[in-house]
Amino acid sequence: MNESVSRRKFLSQGISGLSAVWVSTHLPALVAAAGHAHRAANSATPPKFEFFTPDEAAEIDAMTARIIPTNETPGAREAGVVYFIDRGLATFAADNQKTYREGLPELQARVGEMFPGAAKFSSLTAEQQDAVLHSFDENTAAGQGPYRARPSAQDFFGTLRQQTIAGFLIDPDYGGNHDGVGWKVIGREREHMFQPPFGYYDKNYPGWQPVGKEADKK
Amino acid sequence: MMVDQPRYKTSEEVDFVIIGSGAAGGILAKELSTNGFRIVVLEQGPYLTEADFSHSEMEIFAQDKLTNHPKLQPNTFRKTPEEKAKQQRALVYGRCVGGTSVHFTANFWRFHEIDFIERSKIGPIAGTGFADWPITYAHLEPYYTKVEWEIGVSGLAGASPFDPPRSKPYPMPPLPVKSSGVLFERGARKLGWHPYPAPMAILSQARPGRSACINCGFCLGFGCEVGAKSSSLVTAIRVAEKTGRCEIRPNSYVHRIETDANGCAVGATYFDEKRNAHLQKAKAVVVCANGAETPRLLLLSANKQFPNGLANSSGIVGKYLMFNTYAAVMGVYEHPLNEYKGYAVSRVLHDFYELDPQKMGFYGGGGLDARIDFTPIGFGMGGLPPGTPRWGKDYKAALAHDFTRTMEVSTHGTSLPLENNSFSLDPELKDAWGLPALRMTYKDHPDDLKFTNWLLERAHEVHEAAGAQKKWSFPAQEQQFGVHLLGTCRMGNDPKTSVINADHRTHDVKNLFLCDGSSLVTSGRGQPTMTIEALAFRAADRITALAKRGEIGA
Repeated sequence: MNESVSRRKFLSQGISGLSAVWVSTHLPALVAAAGHAHRAANSATPPKFEFFTPDEAAEIDAMTARIIPTNETPGAREAGVVYFIDRGLATFAADNQKTYREGLPELQARVGEMFPGAAKFSSLTAEQQDAVLHSFDENTAAGQGPYRARPSAQDFFGTLRQQTIAGFLIDPDYGGNHDGVGWKVIGREREHMFQPPFGYYDKNYPGWQPVGKEADKK
Repeated sequence: MMVDQPRYKTSEEVDFVIIGSGAAGGILAKELSTNGFRIVVLEQGPYLTEADFSHSEMEIFAQDKLTNHPKLQPNTFRKTPEEKAKQQRALVYGRCVGGTSVHFTANFWRFHEIDFIERSKIGPIAGTGFADWPITYAHLEPYYTKVEWEIGVSGLAGASPFDPPRSKPYPMPPLPVKSSGVLFERGARKLGWHPYPAPMAILSQARPGRSACINCGFCLGFGCEVGAKSSSLVTAIRVAEKTGRCEIRPNSYVHRIETDANGCAVGATYFDEKRNAHLQKAKAVVVCANGAETPRLLLLSANKQFPNGLANSSGIVGKYLMFNTYAAVMGVYEHPLNEYKGYAVSRVLHDFYELDPQKMGFYGGGGLDARIDFTPIGFGMGGLPPGTPRWGKDYKAALAHDFTRTMEVSTHGTSLPLENNSFSLDPELKDAWGLPALRMTYKDHPDDLKFTNWLLERAHEVHEAAGAQKKWSFPAQEQQFGVHLLGTCRMGNDPKTSVINADHRTHDVKNLFLCDGSSLVTSGRGQPTMTIEALAFRAADRITALAKRGEIGA
């Protein structure tokens, strides 16, 4: 399942009231990867991984770095997303362990298949890495092509993608999004309270004034 | 948890046991305990307070900290009674002290006069259970006012020319406008419509022990950390506890209402946290468990005397479920709106509340509002326009640009009551306690969809008039997921076609009362909680009067 489908489903089904948030984030794969990863990401000494081996972590880290790449602004790598995912899999998101256990060897196999001689995803060039990920992504032409992903591979990529987004955008107090870099990228200030004006359009708002029918009524 | 609560023994017959502590249950607990009755409130969820609430999207949306959990309480869904229901999450409700009022959006529209008498005004609608209420807006008006003043509702009286009459202004001014509200107002006024400050059950001014809204932005779906959201938890329940006559008993999952040989309720059986069963005795039982769990509990309480379930001689317990309809047009604007700051909705309009079905070609009425429904992760998952790359640098660039610049214009509207739309007991699936799971059957009436799609076009017009650079939506389709759970034990004068009378007393069991979303006869135009709370205040008056006359034993 992918989120744009889920979002579409939500909108088209006309879910009342609570809605978007609930459905778009409440996906089976989106793990309850909560609230601990930030400790790892925040600590000065390199943390130990709890679920991944160091080699696996390097592969996952490289994948997250293509999902939300580092360019002029920080990406998944700076947000410590790999720690968020590792911590989640070791704790609340244990349900997703199988997805990763099956997905990682499949990744290895795909790398070898597409780029004979290459040992690891993390040793490929960025363009090669994107090509591998596209082959896993059911939504792209590549995903429908000769390297069409098996359902488990799609699930792996879909899960990883969701967890990367979650680890990048979660409130930094609850794991992931190290140093709030994800929020900096999207322009969300890291405060727990705000005062108006909130945005461009409510600056200089003169206050609500009755017009037309309301004014006539008085 | 409050220390001055009484601790009643289960064997001690209290005056009322109230099942559920949400929008209705909290208010009934407050009113009845204030009136001198001894009350036990049985709440299936935990007792959480402001200190327990967080901004963790994981806790809220992935772990269901405040809501029914799909693993513990799975449910099934089907569109029609001919289908076999499949397991699929189809409903969300609050499962903690304060119920759904803890996490709701807090839109507090009153129903209008038309909502109570529309069947008489426009005539029957074939194939539906469209009906008038046994009470009118005039009966409820004093109670709407009571809700606004007692729990704290922000708003501006007289701002909407379509508002029904009111006996008092709001107790406090509207919350500060958001950029979405300004754009909505600008666009709608260009179109000749009448946007106005949204009435919200969120404090714009502090009250004792409660802060005014601090605009933290984690509102819809979250518990308020400063007590600004006027949930039952921080309003009615606190007052109830202070009476010294009301015990709130959390982690108490009621699964059966017991009756005696005379067909009177004698109490409620529940599982405690360790899954031991207890019977709390009471002179009368008030069920406020929501539009799904109230009918389920009645059906679970079937016995020899009531083989089809308690209070179900009509056979309609669980039926005529209504969700309201909802759809949204997303729009992206030139400058940042920063919708992530603040509460959800600051402007609304009701120009399309009451429409003529003859002219429209279909039944329906509703409202539009300006909002954003997305937390940061939610936006990352599903907030970008269709066709946006799902990962990579272009995805990141779109996120970086659109997150602060996106808003929604949402439609909210009527659902017609259909007999097939219902909650029933699933014949196979069980919950974690071994009880039959909820089975939901739902298929929108074609008019509900036609109206929603019509209103969606109006939402597009607002964005256009407001200058959106980009906008998109998806056509309304049949719903498979509900949060407004309405109409399943409907109120009426005829015991053959309704479950409760105008006093919220079940037609069949004289000391059993039901009050929550299940009591509604029509769906209103999209925001039911205000009406559920007004009904609860009124029900408390009716029940107190009956008790004082010695008519129910309490």
